[in-house]
Amino acid sequence: MKTFSRGGIHPKENKLTASQRVQPLDLPTSVVLLPSQHIGAPAKSVVAKGEHVSRGQKVAEAGGFVSADVHTPISGTVTKIDTVKNPQGITVNAVYITADEADREADLKALEEEADATPRNTADLTPDQIIAAIGSAGIVGLGGATFPTRVKLSPPSGMKPDIVIINGVECEPYLTSDHALMLEHPREIVEGTELLMRAVGVGRGVIAIEANKPDAIKAISKALDGVAGIEVMPLKVKYPQGGEKQLIEAVTGREVPSGALPVAAGAVVQNVATAYAAYRAVVLGLPLTERIVTVTGPQVEHPGNFLVSLGTPLTDVVKAAGGIPNDTGKIVLGGPMMGRAAVNLDTPMTKGISGILLLPGDRAGRGETEPCIRCASCVSICPMGLEPYLIATLSSLQRWEDAENEKIMNCIECGSCSWICPSWRPLLDNIRVGKGRVGAMIRERNNNK
Amino acid sequence: MSIIATSVIVLGAVGIISATVLYVVSKKFHVEEDPRIAEVEALLPGANCGACGRKGCHDFAAACCTAASLDGLNCPGAGAEAMKQIARIVGLDAADAEPMIAVLKCGGTCDLRPRRAQYQGAPTCAAAALLGAGETGCPDGCLGLGDCVKVCRFGALSINPTTGLPVIDEALCTGCGVCAKACPRMVLELRPTGKRGLRVWVACNNHEKGAVAMRECKAACIACSKCVKACNFEAVTVERNLSYIDPHKCRLCRKCVEACPTKAIHTANFPIPKTNQEA
Repeated sequence: MKTFSRGGIHPKENKLTASQRVQPLDLPTSVVLLPSQHIGAPAKSVVAKGEHVSRGQKVAEAGGFVSADVHTPISGTVTKIDTVKNPQGITVNAVYITADEADREADLKALEEEADATPRNTADLTPDQIIAAIGSAGIVGLGGATFPTRVKLSPPSGMKPDIVIINGVECEPYLTSDHALMLEHPREIVEGTELLMRAVGVGRGVIAIEANKPDAIKAISKALDGVAGIEVMPLKVKYPQGGEKQLIEAVTGREVPSGALPVAAGAVVQNVATAYAAYRAVVLGLPLTERIVTVTGPQVEHPGNFLVSLGTPLTDVVKAAGGIPNDTGKIVLGGPMMGRAAVNLDTPMTKGISGILLLPGDRAGRGETEPCIRCASCVSICPMGLEPYLIATLSSLQRWEDAENEKIMNCIECGSCSWICPSWRPLLDNIRVGKGRVGAMIRERNNNK
Repeated sequence: MSIIATSVIVLGAVGIISATVLYVVSKKFHVEEDPRIAEVEALLPGANCGACGRKGCHDFAAACCTAASLDGLNCPGAGAEAMKQIARIVGLDAADAEPMIAVLKCGGTCDLRPRRAQYQGAPTCAAAALLGAGETGCPDGCLGLGDCVKVCRFGALSINPTTGLPVIDEALCTGCGVCAKACPRMVLELRPTGKRGLRVWVACNNHEKGAVAMRECKAACIACSKCVKACNFEAVTVERNLSYIDPHKCRLCRKCVEACPTKAIHTANFPIPKTNQEA
């Protein structure tokens, strides 16, 4: 079985919600939509206060090339265009929409219609039409990085990919949202994969799934019956296999050159949830207004995979799983390895939240930082072949040029180094600071050229 | 021959040859440097802080000696007196540079700004700032991990353990501004030292709307604009929910200080009024 060659770790999987069915949450009666819930320029709000909007309508328009539209999951009236605190406590712009009785009835009817919608015939769509449909549905990378999919499907001229890899790896501990989706909608994922392959004009597709999800591998294999050009590839379990560069290497054996786009290695990688969203957008004409979220944690009463509308308050999502347990010490949005700690749950659901992890107090903290004992564990597990102890130290000494020479910008921030360090050194914290500074330095240098 | 004698002879010979080579090279490739550069450099603090915009103190001294005018060449670390002496050495007129000092635009002490989360990451403000609003919920206030203290070459900053905020030692602060650049929240501001050291400034950096700011910190500027109305000299403006006092328009009357409902406007070096002393 294949995997990536360099480094990697095996954190405890803790997939408490594995193989659980997706539970749809009720449509919320009011939503708060963030124009900025993707990487790149924030979208620009295109609705005014008091305006009536209907389910699926665009409320914010891409604000640049690397940007994405935002659509409302409910019909209702725009009550205000204001700000809201994001999970990290930073104030961001927001559009507030509230539904009344009539809106709600209309939405419930629309939901039923969507369920029995007849698929559109997509056989004669050109690649440009597929990409345009994906773009106008506001689809972004749903693995967590939220990079606009439309942009990723339009590689710079001169670069010709030859493979589309669908990422069903889900190597983060605890998270099972992609797993649940693969069990629920294998047929749609395969069709979405075909659409993505046509969009970039390649004949080979691989749906990569880690071997710890045999039921998902079986479901997708079954859906692939009679489909040419796509195969399912089980991969040996290892973190961070879901990283784009690691996955390309695991599947094709090719390495993405330092500083280059993944497409330079001839591969376009999309998450399974993105493939499913592409199917919904192109075949059913539905914009991205919902996603699957795993709400989990050792003490959570009813952990599960929930289908949540964008803009739903996170407090409601957590309530569906039984609320916040009493001894919760830390709330992480995303997985425990790469997710971000939240200080505020009074904030809406966004496209990038794949999981809400509630960790009890005794598992939330870090140990006391001790001196580096030169064990080189971080060096041997770094999937990018870097020397984390060195770049972290150079960064904390503010030796930015040296950090750049040691390829700090190649770091994918997977957190394996901090995870393995026996001295609890905050390696990734320091590397992140360094990446920010070195990135700014490189941009400045390029601007002065 | 004993090993000691051999060692002495060999090392002695190497020493003599090296010395000869060094002597010849130093004579042949001798660079004549303006002797004034050394004189100027002796007057500089030698901290290489970069406040002047040069690569270091030597570079600044060299620039002073070759410049046609001292406009734009100022070492805040050395001070006005030293700059006058430098001007005498290089035979130019000293440029008038306003003496500056760092002030803290945050009054969010531990008791006024409750902690809502615990930060356990790398103990630097730069790393903490990447995570969002931080422990207190105020997204613009001091993080208290002392990046400013670490970069100060003059030992003018320290963290007060009771308030959790940095304290600026006026006697040591040279106004070089290195701390202001190091602060990821831009909580430190360089302001003119002021007449007789008297200063009035808004000790808050929170750009939230009043009600939100109030929830985050009891010492926050809530943008009520009472200070703007109190000021007779149009020195106070409110922009993006935060009040700012223009140090060049401020006449130090302190009406704004009295008007501020959250006591977010701080002063320095004013004599303490008698009534307060009694209380």
